[in-house]
Amino acid sequence: MLLEVKNLNAGYGQTRVLHGMDFAIEKGSITALLGANGAGKTTTLRALCAMVKTQGEVHFDGQRIDTRSTEDIVRLGVAHVPDGRGTFLNLSTEENLRLGAYTRRDRKAVDADLERVFGYFPRLRERRGQQAGTLSGGEQQMLAVSRALMLSPKLMLLDEPSFGLAPMLVKELFSILRDIREREGVSMMLVEQNAAMALDLADHAYLIETGRVVLSGTADTLKRDDSVRKAYLGY
Amino acid sequence: MEAFLHQVMAGLATGGIYASLALALVMIYQATHLVNFAQGELAMFSTYIAWSLINAGMPYWPAFLLTVGISFLLGVLIERIIIRPVENAPVLGVVTVFIALLVILNSVTGWIYTYTIKSFPSPFPKEMSLGKYMSPHELGAIGITLLVLAALYVFFRFTPLGLAMRAAAQNPVSSRLVGIRVGWMLALGWGLAAAVGAVAGMMVAPIVYLDPNMMGGILLYAFAAALVGGIDSPMGAVVGGFVVGVLENVLGAFVIGNELKLSVALVLIIGVLLVKPSGFFGKVHVSRV
Repeated sequence: MLLEVKNLNAGYGQTRVLHGMDFAIEKGSITALLGANGAGKTTTLRALCAMVKTQGEVHFDGQRIDTRSTEDIVRLGVAHVPDGRGTFLNLSTEENLRLGAYTRRDRKAVDADLERVFGYFPRLRERRGQQAGTLSGGEQQMLAVSRALMLSPKLMLLDEPSFGLAPMLVKELFSILRDIREREGVSMMLVEQNAAMALDLADHAYLIETGRVVLSGTADTLKRDDSVRKAYLGY
Repeated sequence: MEAFLHQVMAGLATGGIYASLALALVMIYQATHLVNFAQGELAMFSTYIAWSLINAGMPYWPAFLLTVGISFLLGVLIERIIIRPVENAPVLGVVTVFIALLVILNSVTGWIYTYTIKSFPSPFPKEMSLGKYMSPHELGAIGITLLVLAALYVFFRFTPLGLAMRAAAQNPVSSRLVGIRVGWMLALGWGLAAAVGAVAGMMVAPIVYLDPNMMGGILLYAFAAALVGGIDSPMGAVVGGFVVGVLENVLGAFVIGNELKLSVALVLIIGVLLVKPSGFFGKVHVSRV
């Protein structure tokens, strides 16, 4: 297991959002985290990289990380594509990408990775010198995924990458994510409202309700589950 | 005409010093959205350090470099020890801390060195053949200022650390997510601002003489410069510095007289805030409702 989470609690101020979550991510797999609005999907991702106060145990790649700072967790190879995309609006596209590799010391490999990322997202190459704030929503989403890739991460946490994208773009993005997993062997945890697309891409899935895991299994199992179908897939 | 040119040149020289200090203000402002009122006193304190070193027998340039280094460390320490604990305090609280810092630095300097005015050496030769419109020190001060500005530009534009500092200033959350230690970037910003201020202090001291209150007026000009350029624009601060320097000198010499010079800064501050609050290079903030 690449990531193991035991009895994870988290919240904002007095409000508890996660109530004892247990889940795990296999190395090289894509794991989807499904749930309604307010179920705690975003909070789960934030808890993993210490952006909110947590209790419980998180083990990543053999090390306990729940006591570490966000900056140190990044250094272990966890890249977070945050909700809202987290673009550095006043910096250029290329500067945004280079910041993704900020903690890496292998300069030459970073240059090569920049080219590789442009290979996945040719649009970003065209926008290389452009101020990132002027990119369209879709381009900024690609930029967010690319910035995470520049870390050369072991695990990518993707918070609603389809949010605000046209259906065509969502399809394109998801097929690129599949490519990335196959070629780079990056594990991913995918938070999505678009359950159908997420289950198509994922190997495993967890369904959460009000901060608890209520159902888990392979993506196929969840796809066939009656309650998931009715509530999240809509047929 | 000759007298006019002379005033313009002298204005450029002091303008460079205002530009440096304005840049220090802008650097802190960009990271914290606060104006560091103690920036001038910090520069004054640094200049006294240089004075001590030179008086102890150290040659000028080693003393200059050592002062810049000490000031950098002092800036970092002040951020870590004094500013960090009030990081999330309300704006007024932090401003109070800045003003306290101003008063403390001023009094401590007065206590250590007394309030007697001292002369501060210039590293540049006394006589120079091309100095018709400009004294060698003025010319040298402009040169040093431009050198500092160029170095800062290269640092922020082309080094990974400079990029990280810019990133941390504009989006701390995303910065943490790519592994930037945002707290240390702030401390580094304070260090750099203090170092730039130290250079400004050492360049202006031979002109205004060294005393604990020497930076009061200069901070006001620097503040005017930063506002004219736009408080969130480093480029604006530099241009603003030169503009304020020239305006102050020319108006002081020919229009309002030397006694009212300082009011030029105040008029500029009020004028810019009334007419164009974002300054000439600053970003206009538009928010959606």
